[in-house]
Amino acid sequence: MSNGSLTKTENFRSWFMNKLLMGMSWSEYSRRLITPFNIAAAIILSIGIPVIAIRFINGLASVTHASNEYPWGILLGWGLFGGVPLSATGFVMGTAYYIFGFKGYKPLVRLGILTGFMGYLFAVIYLMTDLGRPWRIYYPMIIGFGTASVLFLVAWHVATYLTVQFIEFSEAILEWLKSRRVYKWATMVVIGMTIAGIILSTLHQSALGALFLLAPGKMHPLWYSSYLPHLFLSSSIYAALAMVIVVSTLIAKFMRSAADNNFLGNIDRLTIGLGKGACIGMFVYFALKIVGIAHDNNWHLLATPYGKWFTMEILGFVLMPAMILTYGVKKSSAGIVRFGAFYAVSGVILNRINVSIIAFNWNLPDHLHHIIPPWQEVAIVAAIATIHILIFRWIVNRMPVVREHPEYREFH
Amino acid sequence: MNKSKDNKKDSPAISRRNFLISSAAAIGGTALLGSYKDASASKEFAGWPDRFGCLTDLTACVGCRSCEKACNEANNLPKPGVQFDEGSVFKEKRRPTAQAYTVVNQYKNPKDVSKPIYRKIQCNHCNEPACASACPIHAYTKTPEGAVLYDPEKCFGCRYCMIACPFYVPAYDYESAFEPKIVKCVMCHDRIKTGGIPACAEACPVGAVTFGKRNDLLKVARKKIMENPDRYIDHIYGEHEAGGTSWMYISGVPFEQLDFPVNLPKKPLIEETKGFLSAVPVVFTVWPAMFGMVYAALRHREEIEKNSRHKKEEDRHE
Repeated sequence: MSNGSLTKTENFRSWFMNKLLMGMSWSEYSRRLITPFNIAAAIILSIGIPVIAIRFINGLASVTHASNEYPWGILLGWGLFGGVPLSATGFVMGTAYYIFGFKGYKPLVRLGILTGFMGYLFAVIYLMTDLGRPWRIYYPMIIGFGTASVLFLVAWHVATYLTVQFIEFSEAILEWLKSRRVYKWATMVVIGMTIAGIILSTLHQSALGALFLLAPGKMHPLWYSSYLPHLFLSSSIYAALAMVIVVSTLIAKFMRSAADNNFLGNIDRLTIGLGKGACIGMFVYFALKIVGIAHDNNWHLLATPYGKWFTMEILGFVLMPAMILTYGVKKSSAGIVRFGAFYAVSGVILNRINVSIIAFNWNLPDHLHHIIPPWQEVAIVAAIATIHILIFRWIVNRMPVVREHPEYREFH
Repeated sequence: MNKSKDNKKDSPAISRRNFLISSAAAIGGTALLGSYKDASASKEFAGWPDRFGCLTDLTACVGCRSCEKACNEANNLPKPGVQFDEGSVFKEKRRPTAQAYTVVNQYKNPKDVSKPIYRKIQCNHCNEPACASACPIHAYTKTPEGAVLYDPEKCFGCRYCMIACPFYVPAYDYESAFEPKIVKCVMCHDRIKTGGIPACAEACPVGAVTFGKRNDLLKVARKKIMENPDRYIDHIYGEHEAGGTSWMYISGVPFEQLDFPVNLPKKPLIEETKGFLSAVPVVFTVWPAMFGMVYAALRHREEIEKNSRHKKEEDRHE
């Protein structure tokens, strides 16, 4: 009896270690960990993690610029406002594949969902680093309902959507753990979850823009537009398509062993397809931006210094990458499309930083001086971003994300 | 007998169950749909009728900072490093902080350089406060007496209220690691409720801050402006700004020269987000129908294609 359970425990242990170490022995696994990337990651973490610890022990004032005029800094500007549109990948790929039936994009669907789930998870982690009392993060769900608040909507939707994405991705986790019974249940709800994902994403992507509608006196009029919610939603869709190209490119370059031939063999063709979608989305967004200026009749502001920066954003970081993507699609060159996608993603981040940091409080004296973050904030952001990449890599290496699990092929 | 028993059995049990179900549905529904039943957010709400306020006469203030001192004592705030009678604080522009609900700043007087203008800053206690509209946890309340109050027990520290406040009033206690909170003027709410007046208004030696019902203060302000057209510009700041405030100002120079925000809409700021929030239920109802339909239609077409393919194959076999 005791022998039997001992064998069972031993079996479980070896099964479990096999999962974690990807079939390698401890010594082999730890030897494989010493790579230039990991060394760089270790250095970033050894600086950033102590800074995060100081933030929680001594308060926000000890490591952030902690100003009454500038309540939000790069932790939210980068982590939340920049991170969430790039995490629309789950909803965009899920909708394309499950609802609209773009079956050819199958090798990229799970990657999209994982990118989205991890993006939201880390947006919440950035937020919790910035919140004064992060241990009260559940308060909007239980303690008080600020139903007139856009942020209340964001809180509920991000929490719900994180759960939805976890359920969507659980397929891959269950395949990894080879749990057949729960797996069947998980695949049954996928359409419902995808539609829930569309609703929640439409609303909270646009809500992130709507947050700033409450501050008309503080935002630069060129970025403060009644179209802010539409602009945020519309840019998140092309951001997602470009982001899937970016992530799949990085995986095809640096993590080939985690991918199967179905992924590696189709990636160029699919990249061009995604690029086509992205450039259409970008032209729509660009047109909406122009309509926004016309709607508020802000043409005269384009000649001011902030207007030049605005022009730089929409010509240099929307129209330009859109044209590169178009050229790449016309030439059927996955390389050019990839370049355009990296460029487009950087443009979306620039836009979110512009809205949340540069255009906000633009009329205060010394504004541009105030928004330069202290090194500690940069170290926190770098550390969280590094942990994000490490966990992402950990999952892609182990679970069937960019490869199919042979025993589950029939289900797909 | 039987009847009454039945009644007893039926109504309370069912109503409690129904109550639980419907309240759960209401909470979940409002949470996801984001509709609002908030009194201060409803369309026709014109503000609490008898709310109090203050009127600051910027032409009367002499910059003695007695109000700062009285506020500090009345609200048990930490003692500042610099004494309240120290004039050197005017060298820079200050703002309310986690240690001070109110501060007075000095401005050059374009009419008479020897007589600087002083501006007292504190929470303006808006009629429909943007901070309250911003708060996801409902930590802010506009009281019927006029004060906008904040409850630190609910706050999780997102600081969206600070983003939303058009007057740069709420300050955050960034120094505290475990109990950081928003700090702002409370219009001496406890004193008002017991018949008193705000400490700063009481302490002012020149009567620059008048306390009273907001409606009466508007009349006082209009009368002052009408009787002294050379002394005042024709503008009561706070009558309409951001939907109107409980704390209002009259001045001898245009308000933008004293760093008052003058680019604010006349409507309450919550109006700016109402359009977005009212689209929420539409998305919740139309999207599932629309995308569900697309899904069903495409699956239907797949099936037809499959069937016709089968049929063709069968035909060929024959």
